[in-house]
Amino acid sequence: MSSIATNTGRKIPDQLTSPASRALRSWESLLLLVAVFIFILNSFASPYFLDPWNLSDATFNFTEKAMIAFAMALLIIAGEIDLSVAAIIALASTAMGIVMQAGFGTPVIVLTGLATGLLCGAFNGLMVTRLGLPSIVVTIGTMSLFRGISFIILGDGAFRGYPDSFAVFGQGYAFWVITVEFVIFALLAVIYAVILHRTNFGRAVFAIGNNPTAALFSGIRVARVKMILFLLTGLMSGLAAVCLTSRLGSTRSSIASGMELEVVTMVVLGGVNILGGTGTIGGVVIAAFVMGLVTFGLGLLNVPGIVMSIFIGLLLIGVIALPRLWSRLRGA
Amino acid sequence: MNRILQLTMTAAMATGLMAQGAAAEDMRIAVVAKALGIGFFEAAAKGAEEAAEELGEVEIIYTGPTDTTAEGQIEVINSLIAQRVDAIAISANDTDALVPTLKKAMQRGITVVSWDSGVAEDGRMAHLNPSSNELIGNMIIKLAADELPDGGQVGLLSATTTSTNQNIWIEEMMKVMGDYPGIEVVGTVYGDDLADKSYREAQGLMQSHPDLDAIIAPTSVGIVAAAQAVVDAGKVGEVNVTGLGLPSEMAGAIESGASKSFAIWNPIDLGYSATMMAYHLAKGEVEAAPGAEIPIGRMGTVTLDETNSAPMADPFVYDESNIDEFKSIF
Repeated sequence: MSSIATNTGRKIPDQLTSPASRALRSWESLLLLVAVFIFILNSFASPYFLDPWNLSDATFNFTEKAMIAFAMALLIIAGEIDLSVAAIIALASTAMGIVMQAGFGTPVIVLTGLATGLLCGAFNGLMVTRLGLPSIVVTIGTMSLFRGISFIILGDGAFRGYPDSFAVFGQGYAFWVITVEFVIFALLAVIYAVILHRTNFGRAVFAIGNNPTAALFSGIRVARVKMILFLLTGLMSGLAAVCLTSRLGSTRSSIASGMELEVVTMVVLGGVNILGGTGTIGGVVIAAFVMGLVTFGLGLLNVPGIVMSIFIGLLLIGVIALPRLWSRLRGA
Repeated sequence: MNRILQLTMTAAMATGLMAQGAAAEDMRIAVVAKALGIGFFEAAAKGAEEAAEELGEVEIIYTGPTDTTAEGQIEVINSLIAQRVDAIAISANDTDALVPTLKKAMQRGITVVSWDSGVAEDGRMAHLNPSSNELIGNMIIKLAADELPDGGQVGLLSATTTSTNQNIWIEEMMKVMGDYPGIEVVGTVYGDDLADKSYREAQGLMQSHPDLDAIIAPTSVGIVAAAQAVVDAGKVGEVNVTGLGLPSEMAGAIESGASKSFAIWNPIDLGYSATMMAYHLAKGEVEAAPGAEIPIGRMGTVTLDETNSAPMADPFVYDESNIDEFKSIF
């Protein structure tokens, strides 16, 4: 704690050893506490909350967003961001609609969705790593570009008539009340946790986020790692497009509009530092549950959506402000 | 520890405060808007409450997403399914995307009707249109003719040549021209639903037909522009502008006298009728099938067509007697 007290004011780039990171790590347990608390509160507030089928329905509130949030967490930890994810969903879904109309079956539709996501991710990645453009600018641009293409193709029309077998992704159940989407979410959580916390690649992501120059001089291929992260985010958006399109059973150019901010909210709520360098997949998983539980719980009480947004906003500001307040209080 | 306490307190307040008991025996009808905070839907909710009061033992849950998105409405529907409401009456943000979720609602025994903006047939039991093309076509010429007891010349200001709705309404209007002897349609112009082009076309219409008595604009953009053109040409009292418009935008034209009256659906009646429809279907008094007659309280009875949809009534007429009441609503 004394490091803050004696700090002369210069910002320490490597936050892994700073007190703030310790506060962040405890934030995760705090968030878990909030999640448990909201869960208990909800079960008292509404007699309908503790119904397994209802909770199963509630998971749809976050599963698709969380799929993207995992990849986004890695990207943000590495100091980049992708705001085009919702637009990628729109474009991927439109591409899926086109191959569906051409008469292709479920496997081709799914592959098209994933491939479109991957291509969009590659485009973002190339712009950032090859041209050296800031990712926030690039992806604000591609956000309009990707959705714009989708809008040109669809206008105010819609693709409908997806094959019945395609419905399994967004409407199917793996077993009992556990949805296919939830299984995908859980598997991805494990995979991303391993990638980030147990592999050299994950170490490289942290290193880049803390100090890209130092990372480069330590022999980390920064551009390559970033490229892979953009590809992953694109791929996850493609996957989310498959699930969402399957759940809606149709494609419209307005699909998933505004979702990028909810994904970023989930990541930041999960304790990932928006400036890069720190964060955990576990935090994002808990944040997904918190957001899902809050929106569903308040929904059960018919609280207007705007009040839910206020609540999520307060939570988010809390997360960002807390570590700072914490270290300031400790330092004082 | 202070912080933890504070945060959890916020959570407690947000959820806890909203907890409220509802009489379990009441029938719960959810009225779902495209988005909350839109005057039109708030007015519809008022109508729904009116219906609930009239029916008794009905609780209205008025809800909707923050933005007009299908995804937002699906979250709302999921929470309504979870609450096991008896009926859902929804104005849909997306004809198709809501179908899987609403199907699930129906599988779990919830009565689903759509109103205003419909859901594809698979996703609802019945749909209530605010009006029908025939009724609209008749209404727009009737409004003009009522002001012209001795007959006269009317001009049409439409949207684009390819606007489906406007073309159908005008076609329906032409079919009933025989009921209005002495009224002659002298020309049709197209303002493309652009304010400035509509304004110029209305000016042109008045110049090429100096004896013009009325302009009918079955588009909310055109009617406002035409009224402005009449005011600017100093022809208030000579040329009456009518058609379909929004009370909030037409209040000025009614006040200036450029427009004696115009029509559009009444959201209060719509919310009222949708609630009535949902109630009678949920009670099992009527089955939603083509040809079924469903009572909708003070609005009379509607008959379902082959797609299980029905028009509510004639478009509602707005004039100086009621414009003030509605101009703040939508």
